[in-house]
Amino acid sequence: MDKDITILAIESSCDETAASVVVNGRDVLSNVISSQIDIHTLYGGVVPEIASRKHTERINQVVKKGLSEAGKTLQDMDAIAVTYGPGLVGPLLIGVSEAKALSFATGIPLIGVHHIEGHISANYIANKDLEPPFACLVVSGGHTHLVLVKDYGEYEILGRTQDDAAGEAFDKVAREIGLGYPGGPKIDKVSKEGNPAAIDFPRGKVAGSRYDFSFSGMKSSVLNYLNTCKMKNIEISVPDVAASFQQAVVDVLVSHAMWAVEEFHLTKFALAGGVASNTALRAAMEKACAERGVEFFCPPPILCTDNAAMIGSAAYYEYIKGVRSGLDLNAKPGLRLGER
Amino acid sequence: MRILAIEASGPVAGCALWEDGTLTAEYSVQYKKKHSQSLVPMLSEMSGMVDLELSSIDFIAVTKGPGSFTGLRIGAATVKGLGLALNKPVLPVPTVDSLACNLYGTDRLICPLMDARRQQVYTGIYENRDGLKVLRPQCVVALAEIVKELNTLGREVIFVGDGVPVSEKALAETMEVPYLLAPAHLNRQRAASTAVRAAQLYEECGEAALVSADDFRPEYLRVPQAERERGDKRNYKVFV
Repeated sequence: MDKDITILAIESSCDETAASVVVNGRDVLSNVISSQIDIHTLYGGVVPEIASRKHTERINQVVKKGLSEAGKTLQDMDAIAVTYGPGLVGPLLIGVSEAKALSFATGIPLIGVHHIEGHISANYIANKDLEPPFACLVVSGGHTHLVLVKDYGEYEILGRTQDDAAGEAFDKVAREIGLGYPGGPKIDKVSKEGNPAAIDFPRGKVAGSRYDFSFSGMKSSVLNYLNTCKMKNIEISVPDVAASFQQAVVDVLVSHAMWAVEEFHLTKFALAGGVASNTALRAAMEKACAERGVEFFCPPPILCTDNAAMIGSAAYYEYIKGVRSGLDLNAKPGLRLGER
Repeated sequence: MRILAIEASGPVAGCALWEDGTLTAEYSVQYKKKHSQSLVPMLSEMSGMVDLELSSIDFIAVTKGPGSFTGLRIGAATVKGLGLALNKPVLPVPTVDSLACNLYGTDRLICPLMDARRQQVYTGIYENRDGLKVLRPQCVVALAEIVKELNTLGREVIFVGDGVPVSEKALAETMEVPYLLAPAHLNRQRAASTAVRAAQLYEECGEAALVSADDFRPEYLRVPQAERERGDKRNYKVFV
């Protein structure tokens, strides 16, 4: 392609209002993220109505900052990209409505992007040479997907969680042991002082489905352990519980990922999503990949958390394939990967 | 002066173009609640139909609330996107005032009723004989409260709004003054009424009636449920 393709991307699927300008899917000119975490911490989790209100209040400022930090104007854009699912419907609608109005008022083409496709594409930004095929584990507060990336925009979901997302399980356990919200980073931190082998929590399996995940049983076994200790008046070591639970989750994620790498003879493996920032998971996955001679990719934390740069990257590969969305684009909270 | 008006606060998705006192176009759809899909295509079709040069509008009028939380936000985010792209300000119109503007030239009181769920209505009391007078500003109350106030005022009333069908039985039982129910072409939110009201507000207040698209935010008249319940935990007396 002789001309650079510059895309304005908007993301508002959960509690981050974000905008970014990305060139050719790989070069990030700006990556503005306005987090609401302080507000939702008061409630121990994301409250959709409050998130929707905050997105509405901040969206224009975030989009303007995204453009100005990139040194660009709206008129410089070749496309406007927006996350339209999956996610919380109220928050999604803000980004989608804003993007559609921008597209209508300027005539710039609109591209609806799948949120998980965005997370996977964060790896293209962090690693300029990465190209499909590879396997990607997307782990966040809302998603746990093991995906075979066959080509740009072409995916096969090998496994997904049957109940809680990995990050959701972290949040719930963190709440039970008094660490509070958000659970992932807090468990990661306190686990460094604990013994990951102190308590042998079960490693969740899904009968008849090798690649699927189940974290709710693992979470329940932590709750049972805590209750038993309480009844028997045994003092609980929060770092040990956190480290042992984290180890159980990491073991499950790594073993599933490596089965995929082996079965499909892959030479590249990538992590993505908010939980990809977990230091124990990164280290274990890197080690497992190294042992198998597999190249390991993981975006920096700023591209693991919900952000719009990843949406701009995913949108680029849709753009060059000729994909465009109509002004009737709707938010789809249950959108499946590969569906349009 | 050229006003583009947007309506998404209730069961109607709508847009209108007002030019120096002429209603050039109005597009109004009350069909399931899919404003998220229909509103921008409606805007696009209407604009194309009347060769509207978007950059020529003076401001964007929108019903700022109360209404369906989601509907208000679809309207707000659409207006904000338009305002950002076109560099135009927003004129927020109270939703209940806009509904009252559906009627004109009557000595009767006008009482819009919007279904607010939880046995409440978004309402207000108005006169619009030869210019809108707000007797009771828009609020969220139990139907019985507004009926009591209307009975005390003792004047004939016209009810409008999507809260009328659900309140019809209660009105028949409790209203002590004669009343009328507005017919179909007058009894729902209309972007045209919002445009007319916006023009009046701009004439009365000038630039002070406008806000930037960046700063515009809906007026919900209600706090989120989670916030209310959190308040409950801290102080049981407040929301009993």
